[in-house]
Amino acid sequence: MMIFTLAARELRSLFLSPLAWSILAVVQFILAWLFLSQLNDFIMLQPQLKMIDNAPGATELVIAPLYGSAAFIMMMVTPLLTMRLISEERQSGSIALLMSAPITMSEIILGKFLGVFSFLVLMTAMVTLMPLSLFIAGPIDAGLLASLFMALSLLLAAFTALGLYMSTLTLQPTVAAISTFGALLLLWILDWAGDKVGSEQASSLFSYLSILRHFEALGKGVFNSGDLIYYLLFISLFLILSIRRLDAERLQH
Amino acid sequence: MSSDLLINVSHLDRYYGSLQAVADVSFELRRGEVLGFLGPNGAGKSTTMQIITGNLAPSSGQVQICGLDLLDNPRAAKARVGYLPEQPPLYRELSVDEYLGFCTRLNRIPKAQQAAALKRAKQRCGLEQVGPRLINNLSKGYQQRVGIAQAIIHSPDVVVLDEPTVGLDPIQIREIRHLIRELAEDHAVILSTHILPEVQMTCSRVQIINQGRLVFSDDIESLNRSMCARSLILGLQQPPPFSELESLLQNIDGIESVDALEDGRWRIRHAEAQNPATPIARLAIENNWELRELSPETRSLEQIFLDITATEQTLPETTDSNTEGEQAA
Repeated sequence: MMIFTLAARELRSLFLSPLAWSILAVVQFILAWLFLSQLNDFIMLQPQLKMIDNAPGATELVIAPLYGSAAFIMMMVTPLLTMRLISEERQSGSIALLMSAPITMSEIILGKFLGVFSFLVLMTAMVTLMPLSLFIAGPIDAGLLASLFMALSLLLAAFTALGLYMSTLTLQPTVAAISTFGALLLLWILDWAGDKVGSEQASSLFSYLSILRHFEALGKGVFNSGDLIYYLLFISLFLILSIRRLDAERLQH
Repeated sequence: MSSDLLINVSHLDRYYGSLQAVADVSFELRRGEVLGFLGPNGAGKSTTMQIITGNLAPSSGQVQICGLDLLDNPRAAKARVGYLPEQPPLYRELSVDEYLGFCTRLNRIPKAQQAAALKRAKQRCGLEQVGPRLINNLSKGYQQRVGIAQAIIHSPDVVVLDEPTVGLDPIQIREIRHLIRELAEDHAVILSTHILPEVQMTCSRVQIINQGRLVFSDDIESLNRSMCARSLILGLQQPPPFSELESLLQNIDGIESVDALEDGRWRIRHAEAQNPATPIARLAIENNWELRELSPETRSLEQIFLDITATEQTLPETTDSNTEGEQAA
């Protein structure tokens, strides 16, 4: 209950700042551009695709790349949303309001996480409106679309958890943003290194750790519980670390 | 009634690294008392307040609020405390109503009573007119009031105010002092300040903290008593020569010594129980000295404050009411 109160406050403050609106607008514009160009390519290719048996449809050729681009863009945008979560409250002193209220540290962290996450889900829903518009033109693989939606939401939840943790570590929002971005980029490209490491074991370890691999698997409509567990573990790890960090704040320095 | 003991702090210690900010602080507070916390910058006032409100954990020691231990039972204990930190903890992008509404939910006030609590807090802090305005657009004084409203919105048993009158104009300061006295009727209030007359006006008890230690703790009456030194100041329009005055005054019971001050007035020291004001006045009239001034000399709280805090080492500018040093901490 208290978590929702905190999340609602977070969401409200987000929408009262121009940041949230400009992020929504910019992301939507860029993705719409990509979506249109993909769609254009697909229409040009359509006569050739007709010749092939069992050819990939619009869902694979237009919608899946859209979510892939969305994931990449969000990797750069999420740090901007998460950076101020704790660090700014600390800087402005408003954290004292939460610390002296009858609520637990877990409620504070979960409330903040949920606030930003619901904003990101809202954004994903807005992105999804574009593929949904294709229903007018023809059949869409609804199962794959649902799977893509879930994959992107899980990915964004993981981004948010990591960003929140980085925000508990520092007083400066910009430092939190740049460290979040660095960490996310590293996780993103981790499997590139994995390919070049000679040993088979190391390679598979790196690609397991890579945040992108699990997204791609889910995005193909391959529902593997391992991928789901990866994200859930990732999210809980950073949420628990954030709670512990906030708790440690009150203790010995 | 034991429930009237609202705060029980025992042997509080707090270290920042190797620096001991609070050392063995213990005190109690009952309902209806206003405790003034005085001390130079960096003395440990704010740290102590942060510990009492659960914003900092003590390195050792215990804080009990209404008998509930703050570390064992933080949620129940914190529900009974309202806290205004040095910097009011505001979300500036919200309006006053939105912000205080959030505070009612944060303090788990039942839904049915939220609107009434909000209205009452606004009315007590004089915020009725600014409800729909953004906190960011309010003046410093109003922001401070919103901070106080936030601290009292859930009618906590204990209200902790860290320098509540900083940055307010004299009229607002008077209103806030009035509010504090009003709060004291059914709460316990802890208040820290640099402004010494404020303590004399609002507090029922005073504690002076210096370098993390409580160096003085007493109620305001005995503080006032100790401030009345045993001397009178006498000012005359047409004074007699010093030797004549001295010999005349020495005849009065209880007078111990007479000194001439640089500005032409006289300081008359007397025994504690006997105030020789009446016979001196009569003497002055009989001799046509044209009495201008005859007043008991009081040691100001400043002097006591300085005496106490300067015993261990000389502190520069301790009575200065600027807060820059502490905000940086």
